[in-house]
Amino acid sequence: MMAPLPNQEEELTPGTFLRGLWEENPVFVMLLGMCPVLAVTNSTLNALAMGLATTFVLVCSSALVSLLRHLIPKQVRIATYIVIIATFVTIVDHVIQAISLDLYNALGAFIQLIVANCIILGRAEAYAAKNRLATTLVNSLGMGAGFTIALLSLGTVREILGSGTLLGYPLFGEHFQTWVVMILPPGGFFVLGAWLLLFSWLQQRRARRITEGEEIRVRGS
Amino acid sequence: MTVTEQTAAAPAPPSSIAMVRTLGGIAMLSGFLVVLVYQLTLPAILENQRRAIERAVFLVVPGAVSRVDFQLAADGLNRVTEDTEDSPDAIAVYAGFDADGALKGVALEAAAPGYQDVIKLLYGYDPACECITGIYVLKMTETPGLGDKIATDQTFLANFKALDARLSAAGDSLQNAIVTVKNGTKKAPWQIDAISGATVSCKAVGRALNESAHRILPRLQPAVNQLKVEE
Amino acid sequence: MSDGPLVEIRTSPHVRQTPSVDQIMRNVVYALVPVCVFSVWAFGISVLALLLVTTLACVLTEQLFCLAAGKPTTVRDWSVVITGILLALTLPPGFPLWMAAVASFVGVGLGKLLFGGLGQNVLNPALVGRAFVQAAFPVAITTWTPPFAEGRFTEFIPSTLTLPFLQPADVSGWLQLRAVDGFTGATPLALMKFEHVATPAMDLFTGMVAGSAGETSTVAILLGGAYLVARRMMDWRIPTAVLASAALTGSLFWWLDPGQYPDPLFILLSGGLMLGAVFMASDMVASPVTPLGVWVYGGLIGFVTVVIRLFGGLPEGVMYAILLGNAASPLISGWTQPRVFGQRSRGGRR
Repeated sequence: MMAPLPNQEEELTPGTFLRGLWEENPVFVMLLGMCPVLAVTNSTLNALAMGLATTFVLVCSSALVSLLRHLIPKQVRIATYIVIIATFVTIVDHVIQAISLDLYNALGAFIQLIVANCIILGRAEAYAAKNRLATTLVNSLGMGAGFTIALLSLGTVREILGSGTLLGYPLFGEHFQTWVVMILPPGGFFVLGAWLLLFSWLQQRRARRITEGEEIRVRGS
Repeated sequence: MTVTEQTAAAPAPPSSIAMVRTLGGIAMLSGFLVVLVYQLTLPAILENQRRAIERAVFLVVPGAVSRVDFQLAADGLNRVTEDTEDSPDAIAVYAGFDADGALKGVALEAAAPGYQDVIKLLYGYDPACECITGIYVLKMTETPGLGDKIATDQTFLANFKALDARLSAAGDSLQNAIVTVKNGTKKAPWQIDAISGATVSCKAVGRALNESAHRILPRLQPAVNQLKVEE
Repeated sequence: MSDGPLVEIRTSPHVRQTPSVDQIMRNVVYALVPVCVFSVWAFGISVLALLLVTTLACVLTEQLFCLAAGKPTTVRDWSVVITGILLALTLPPGFPLWMAAVASFVGVGLGKLLFGGLGQNVLNPALVGRAFVQAAFPVAITTWTPPFAEGRFTEFIPSTLTLPFLQPADVSGWLQLRAVDGFTGATPLALMKFEHVATPAMDLFTGMVAGSAGETSTVAILLGGAYLVARRMMDWRIPTAVLASAALTGSLFWWLDPGQYPDPLFILLSGGLMLGAVFMASDMVASPVTPLGVWVYGGLIGFVTVVIRLFGGLPEGVMYAILLGNAASPLISGWTQPRVFGQRSRGGRR
């Protein structure tokens, strides 16, 4: 994978950010953090709020881990990471309650469950612990953005089909037949499956193009 | 020797002190941050919770503009103050008053298992007419588009504008049990007309109201005079 | 074990012609003719349109997936036609045609072709399609219209011709105009579950009741089933096991409290149990292959159906029971492997 070897810090390139969006997209490629992806994407707003909350925790905890990476003894690193992550999750929990109780109730236990989101611990262990603050910030922002985009792509489709609205605004008039299943848990699996199908199809096509291109080059030389 | 070199070289295990120092330091920092944010957001959170309760209370108690919380415990009806302890048996009673301080009604909680999970309701009760004046769904997981109409269907909600909840002559139970009947067959003022196609959820609402009214109202009605804005 | 010979050997010649897939499937289509004819007679041209739309949509979906996968078309094995017909028979007569097309697409696409086509599918495709629309459009799929309504051969039920993506037209006005006396918009099962009203067994047997397009007439279904069994195109043990298990489970509860629970005859004749037992549980692909496994599988379906009917939130449970049975059949097949000749343990493993 792209994770650098220990003590081999990554140079800051556009790829540091972009990888999280496409090549290493936490949801569509790595299939991490499925619990919130399926559970809170029944509306665009919930998906956006969950994406931003997770991004906040991801960026803050990665930054702190990166800053303290030389101070944390290897033997207690997981405990340290968890404490750091739990701190920021608690902060997000309070802030969302202060912003809107409705949103807080809609997201339910999934705010607290960000603690257990493997994207965040994975980033801390595999990236932040080995890289400079600047690259860590950029990389975790990219991952967070990739996660948010994935949540939004599920959330919008599910809200449009399941409620006939987008961000709460009706799109199709009152006679639109809503597809109730889309805002129920099975809808999450259907839409996720459809997006994964699209992604792997795109990736296969790209891989085929690349090999075809190489063949032409080989023949041409 | 700096810390950096120590971890870079790494073969020697770090001292226990280093581990304790790191964990302790992080925990201190964590505690400081969490408490700070808690203090900063607390006023906003309390304000949000107050608004959420009032929105619901004022909806089910028409005409109310202010509210006072009471609780019905073993020792009778008491005003909820800062040092009231939360006891699991105490029943929350949110009293709603108009601008002149006259009691418009109380909001009480009710719950019953619905189609998928428990439906939790807040309902308004007017001691003057001994009737239910409105319901508000606090929590439910009924089928969207079908069972969840209990929260939005205006014809259904009209059932609760003045739903009879009179006590019997002895005052220990309801005169007539509140029941949900099939769509279009409501005859008596204590019956609830179900939404066609969502019978299970509507029946759950009826059961919840009947159970709660049966349990609370005989105890509440004699103490109605204690429900005042001021002590 | 049995006292019979260890290995059955007959004299030559051993050459036998096994029927091909499309022969079996064509015979199933013939067997479905009585059910379809009765359904069109009872509910009119709306059901005819429903049958045509689901069949066409199922065939088109299979053709499309084959094209997209770059494989030769598999439409000619007729199995997809059966899926289309069966799907229509499980839907309410006035079901909007566009929703029926969605059900066909999901059933054949998701339930069959994504698994690899005929023979690879775990679940019965027609029921996958129905389960999807049951979850997606819960109102439309529980809107019933009465059989033998006036003018059923000249005009459609209003909800049938709903434009795509719109809510089905309200049928209550149409019902008031035409409805047979006392029709309440409920199937016999819903009447029993929510109002404790029993429907006469004779009406259930002949099909003089409301319900899904093809589930009402027990006679027509048994006729088709008998044809298939006579031509040896169906394993008779599956429907027998399903019906026997449902009747036994029903009898048990009826015996415990006849006032609370319906009698076993009602359980057998009402709802989609007969249609499901004869034409869907017996799906060759999604049922177990061992002789003992077939009994276990049928027993499971009958039992789960009755449990859902009596204790679940829904009045009918055949669809979920068969899907559950389908999902369990690889497991059942594995557990009931016969002893391999010459080996001590079953299935030759362990």
